[in-house]
Amino acid sequence: MIKAILIFNNHGKPRLSKFYEHYTEDTEQQIIRETFHLVSKRDENVCNFLEGGMLIGGSDNKLIYRHYATLYFVFCVDSSESELGILDLIQVFVETLDKCFENVCELDLIFHVDKVHNILAEMVMGGMVLETNMNEIITQVDAQNKMEKSEAGIAGAPARAVSAVKNMNLPEMPKNINIGDISIKVPNLPSFK
Amino acid sequence: MPAVSKGDGMRGLAVFISDIRNCKSKEAEIKRINKELANIRSKFKGDKALDGYSKKKYVCKLLFIFLLGHDIDFGHMEAVNLLSSNKYTEKQIGYLFISVLVNSNSELIRLINNAIKNDLSSRNPTFMCLALHCIANVGSREMAEAFAGEIPRILVAGDTMDSVKQSAALCLLRLYKTSPDLVLMGEWTSRVVHLLNDQHMGVVTAAISLITCLSQKNPDEFKTCVSLAVSRLSRIVSSASTDLQDYTYYFVPAPWLSCKLLRLLQCYPPPEDGAVKGRLVECLETILNKAQEPPKSKKVQHSNAKNAILFEAIALIIHYDSEPNLLVRACNQLGQFLQHRETNLRYLALESMCTLASSEFSHEAVKTHIETVINALKTERDVSVRQRAADLLYAMCDRSNAKQIVAEMLSYLETADYSIREEMVLKVAILAEKYAVDYSWYVDTILNLIRIAGDYVSEEVWYRVIQIVINRDDVQGYAAKTVFEALQAPACHENMVKVGGYILGEFGNLIAGDPRSSPLVQFNLLHSKFHLCSVPTRALLLSAYIKFINLFPETKTTIQEVLRCDSQIRNSDVELQQRAVEYLKLSSIASTDVLATVLEEMPPFPERESSILAKLKKKKGPGAVSNELEEGKREGGELNGAGERPGDSSSTPSPSADLLGLRSAAPVSAAPPSAGSLLVDVFSEAGPAAPAASVNDDGFLRFVCKNNGVLFENQLLQIGIKSEYRQNLGRMYLFYGNKTSVQFVSFTTTLNVQLKPVDPLVEGGAQVQQVINIECITDFSEAPILNIKFRYGGALQNLSLKLPVTINKFFQPTEMASNDFFQRWKQLSQPQQEAQKIFKANHAMDTEVIKAKLLGLGTALLDKVDPNPENFVCAGVIQTKSQQVGCLLRLEPNAQAQMYRLTLRSSKDTVSKRLCDLLAEQF
Repeated sequence: MIKAILIFNNHGKPRLSKFYEHYTEDTEQQIIRETFHLVSKRDENVCNFLEGGMLIGGSDNKLIYRHYATLYFVFCVDSSESELGILDLIQVFVETLDKCFENVCELDLIFHVDKVHNILAEMVMGGMVLETNMNEIITQVDAQNKMEKSEAGIAGAPARAVSAVKNMNLPEMPKNINIGDISIKVPNLPSFK
Repeated sequence: MPAVSKGDGMRGLAVFISDIRNCKSKEAEIKRINKELANIRSKFKGDKALDGYSKKKYVCKLLFIFLLGHDIDFGHMEAVNLLSSNKYTEKQIGYLFISVLVNSNSELIRLINNAIKNDLSSRNPTFMCLALHCIANVGSREMAEAFAGEIPRILVAGDTMDSVKQSAALCLLRLYKTSPDLVLMGEWTSRVVHLLNDQHMGVVTAAISLITCLSQKNPDEFKTCVSLAVSRLSRIVSSASTDLQDYTYYFVPAPWLSCKLLRLLQCYPPPEDGAVKGRLVECLETILNKAQEPPKSKKVQHSNAKNAILFEAIALIIHYDSEPNLLVRACNQLGQFLQHRETNLRYLALESMCTLASSEFSHEAVKTHIETVINALKTERDVSVRQRAADLLYAMCDRSNAKQIVAEMLSYLETADYSIREEMVLKVAILAEKYAVDYSWYVDTILNLIRIAGDYVSEEVWYRVIQIVINRDDVQGYAAKTVFEALQAPACHENMVKVGGYILGEFGNLIAGDPRSSPLVQFNLLHSKFHLCSVPTRALLLSAYIKFINLFPETKTTIQEVLRCDSQIRNSDVELQQRAVEYLKLSSIASTDVLATVLEEMPPFPERESSILAKLKKKKGPGAVSNELEEGKREGGELNGAGERPGDSSSTPSPSADLLGLRSAAPVSAAPPSAGSLLVDVFSEAGPAAPAASVNDDGFLRFVCKNNGVLFENQLLQIGIKSEYRQNLGRMYLFYGNKTSVQFVSFTTTLNVQLKPVDPLVEGGAQVQQVINIECITDFSEAPILNIKFRYGGALQNLSLKLPVTINKFFQPTEMASNDFFQRWKQLSQPQQEAQKIFKANHAMDTEVIKAKLLGLGTALLDKVDPNPENFVCAGVIQTKSQQVGCLLRLEPNAQAQMYRLTLRSSKDTVSKRLCDLLAEQF
């Protein structure tokens, strides 16, 4: 079973947290911090598995993670899951995000937490894998988008939202927006070696 | 103006998020968030009704704030309101909020349940999926109560859409995990198994998780899944990489599903059906063959997916542990991976090999990789991989390579990561003990261990070395010499001082002949460490000093001076002060004889499970230690399980007292001192405490249908029984065998009825016999309790056992014809004369075994009485002094359900009931 799925950036800022077992809010935050601490201190070309932190169950659980550009994707799983299988699952998740957001970057996750949750929900439900076929997942997400559009009555691709925000000409925006962050786009998902 | 439309990005949300991201400090961020929270709160509380869009926007903001780690204590009600919206976007955001923020104890559950109920019955697949997701995410008991009946129906209904089926399967799984009692098995269960055959691979993917979990809990009911899983797997494995279209992942057909199928098969033993098994072996071979084929793609994802299946296949092969050919191939494959350039594969190979090492077929094959593994331990850059290498070395260790492995682990310890040092120390200590051929090597190893990693040597480790040195007189001199040398080091670890103090205090005399280690030299050496040590160590050293006074009278004045000085006798620590005062007094007033008695050498410790092993188990969980050691653990648990003594045997005259018509003699049960398994302060106790015994009735039930055998066995003692019965009389021979090499003294046995005394001394390796004559006065249901006490070494041992004297022992078989039987059966038709039980089979339902058991019971087995040949019918008369009780028995097995129905009729209700209880445990 998957106990938790966490996404945070290189500085430990959470971008998505989904727990499939119940913890208090405090514990959840501590788990995120502990996991970040465990994962971030590891070198780039070491293995992608390690024993979980104490809060999430110690050696009974494994953290399986991948590091893409600015983001860590961490799945915390118990011994009933195949490590390599989960690694593939992370890849499917990221590729799916990439398709849905057209070159996904950290900003997409920030501004569309709800969408990311929806995509994840098409893959994993209650800690178990629902679907691994990317096209099937995307079909479902597209269907939702269509419904959304028809309800809103105005068309607009979700991916355009980011650029819209970036281009918003509110008086205070240009000087405040953090250009540095935007430039950290993931260019076409390099293979993670 | 920006062109962001309402439906697209929710501008307010985007602005808020940008604001937060631009905050220069944590304080600014908190301020901004508090401002927003206040804003949302006032909006929610305001008079103006909010439209769906605004609600959605605010709920989104709350989600974002929550993600940043801030508590959200409102908004739940608004989210619940969104659930009943007809608009998909609003409904969806409501569900999202609830799955992220509502925990399973929320009072809102009832409202949420209502909304879910509506959506489940809406027949709109999107809404149904949302609702199912919500149940799976929250998974509370209330939800299980409300929906556990409904969801199986949705799952197996013919007209359910595939996507809904997938969600329903996982939703049901979640409910089954949280409230298994509410998910009732039924007609749907067999249909669920057939989902393995579903056209839609997504449905199979979701269903297999459910089936795996259900199979683990109810293996028999889901047995049919094995052949289905095998055929599905075989279809996937043999398909071309393009056959499965979308489910082909980087040229590997359906890797995830294959892994899950292989996992499901690991819930079961190898298939019995030859054809199924053949097909499965073929699959496994194909998977192993594919590993040798050139890759279809250079992408890491391709090899990843391929290897994921391969590792699961290997895990299944190891689980079956029955195909030597496959096991060796698996081992070779893992051997290749041990040197693979991918760290992940090296890690997994080490991990799988650990389980492979415990199989007898492949243990030797695993051992051939020892050099590679040692190399991994030394050179891997990644601590997780090194940890696996250490685990594997531990698993592959046996007598032939113990010295090499222990030496490598010791040298690795010097540079090991702090996080794994303690575990490494425990492992070294266990291996050294387990495979010690000569105990001097063992002592060397442990002292080295303390020298290298003293901080990580837990108490259990040094307690253990002392236990062993005390129990083996062949190593005592060597140990004294070695610790003496080790203590010469200018800086030595406090644990070394402890071991040194203890061992020299006990066995310093063995090396005192050498002028270089004369008594005074020994004392001065120990005392030079005294002031650097903590209070417990000092206390131990003081005890060593008083022992010195006994061993070497010439040191008496020196030591008395030390004890007398202010820093001891007026020490601010009460324990130290008390010891100094008492020891000083003892040494000055006691005669040499008294002193010699008080300070006698420690008696041997009773053999028990290594306390280190217990500690490792605690650290790693029970699965981490091999089975042969588990045995010891169970017994250790029993021996140390104090305080469960049933007090009723002495206070209320139990029916078993009638058995022999004698007055019950209360078993003496002096409460023993605490049964600590550690020699925390060995000097202040007379010896290790006597473990109290709880009444042991494991053996008891095995004797209902037989008369001879071993009633009880632990590391010290074996008790055998031979018994014979005729009419209402019986004779029982008890054989007490001493399994150790040390004699048991003060050996007494008490029964809560009278007993002829047994020889109080049991020599090591010897056996004594005791005879008990039994007369059955009237029927009874309690068994007599036998209490055994003896001293082994210095330790009092205490055992209570139920003697296997049961009412059925007094059966006389009665043959009768069918008519006769049914006539009597009808005569005994009053409800209290009948006792009936329906129970699950605990053993294989083998007719011959059942017959043997029924004959062993003492009744006559009647042929051709019951119209159904499957059933068993028996008759007999129980002979007691006061009366005879006729009994009829009928046992109806149901092979399909693996159940029995047992019916007993007799002229006495207590007899029917007791027999029924006894027998129900036998099949």
